[in-house]
Amino acid sequence: MTQLQQFNYTIRLADDALILGQRLSEWCGHGPILEEDIALANIALDYIGQATNLYKHAAQLDTQKRDEDALALTRMEQEYNNILMLELPNGDYAATIMRQYYYTSFYLLFLDKLKSSNDAFFSGFAEKSIKELRYHVQHASDWVKRMGDGTEESHKRIQEAANQLWPYVGEMFGMDALENELANAGYAVDRALLVDEWKKQCTALFDEATLAMPTEAWHHKGGREGRHTEHMGFLLAEMQFMQRAYPGAKW
Amino acid sequence: MVSSDHIWSILAEVSDPEIPVLNVVEMGIVREVLISDAGVEVTITPTYSGCPAMKTIETDIAEVLDEYGIPNYTISTVLSPAWTTDWMTDEAREKLRLEGIAPPQKGSADKGLLMGRLRDVKCPRCGSTETRMISQFGSTACKSLYQCASCAEPFDYFKCI
Repeated sequence: MTQLQQFNYTIRLADDALILGQRLSEWCGHGPILEEDIALANIALDYIGQATNLYKHAAQLDTQKRDEDALALTRMEQEYNNILMLELPNGDYAATIMRQYYYTSFYLLFLDKLKSSNDAFFSGFAEKSIKELRYHVQHASDWVKRMGDGTEESHKRIQEAANQLWPYVGEMFGMDALENELANAGYAVDRALLVDEWKKQCTALFDEATLAMPTEAWHHKGGREGRHTEHMGFLLAEMQFMQRAYPGAKW
Repeated sequence: MVSSDHIWSILAEVSDPEIPVLNVVEMGIVREVLISDAGVEVTITPTYSGCPAMKTIETDIAEVLDEYGIPNYTISTVLSPAWTTDWMTDEAREKLRLEGIAPPQKGSADKGLLMGRLRDVKCPRCGSTETRMISQFGSTACKSLYQCASCAEPFDYFKCI
């Protein structure tokens, strides 16, 4: 296990957290009701905070000696390694909630395993973040039930969101040479082992919400290699604006 | 050489920027004070990963240590063991209640949360347990919004983590 491998793995987790946090923060001031506006802003903040912790750790491993702000805000699109689902535009509230459910229910299972990492940083990071994730999963689950078992319109929208996002869930469980090696070394999590439990939980929730599990499909991937959707550039243009316009600005 | 008790008492002068009735020691944010030949090492831990108050807390701690002329100090942040509401002292809980914030209940892990079981939260104004959660997320990362059905008071509940 090399320092570069550790850096790359940390960046993957950091980018997932940052990009989801950025997307969720777009709801600030636009939530369907005040309480949800506040809820998503709070959840976004948890991810930005987790991303900060991860980038700080990555900065210590970086041979180029970049700090956490440089890593978060000045890399090029192809250097971001987040999964594609997290960079997709928010869509309507059903789409945002469904992404929250798919991702947070996976991420809670992931962190529960990461807690046993033989790396002190990751076990501590997981222990901390799990406490936040429990609230995120509950929030998303409540809304999936409410919309699925709600009106005809809400049912239709959340079912559509479930179907449309489904081809993106596979990437959450994607393993490659890097993660296989790190997982075998007891450093990282074997994502593939989480699929069954995740599907079981998802099926149970969908039953309760009167939703149909999407049919199996081909799954998109590419984020881990820096191949992104057409939406990523726009997201970065907004997120990186200040650091691009005023390099090194602090406040 | 300064004593660690002296440092702890200095740190107790730093209030939490988001909940000014409590200081950072009562909150359990200050984890450790180590005195060595190299100086004073203060270790703090965030309540939530994204707690926006952490930077301010660090600056405030540095300010008060400077004020008391403590030389050679460092302030470092740790994530583990993860902060829990169980670290809040009884006095801190009572101060919260008097401020109109329902204090966190003991036994943080809130496993019931995932099962959708909510605990009885007492209204900080009238003490009634006839309260309902309006939203799991409130004015800061660490609070939920509640309303009392007995006296109609809307209030913040400091949620357990």
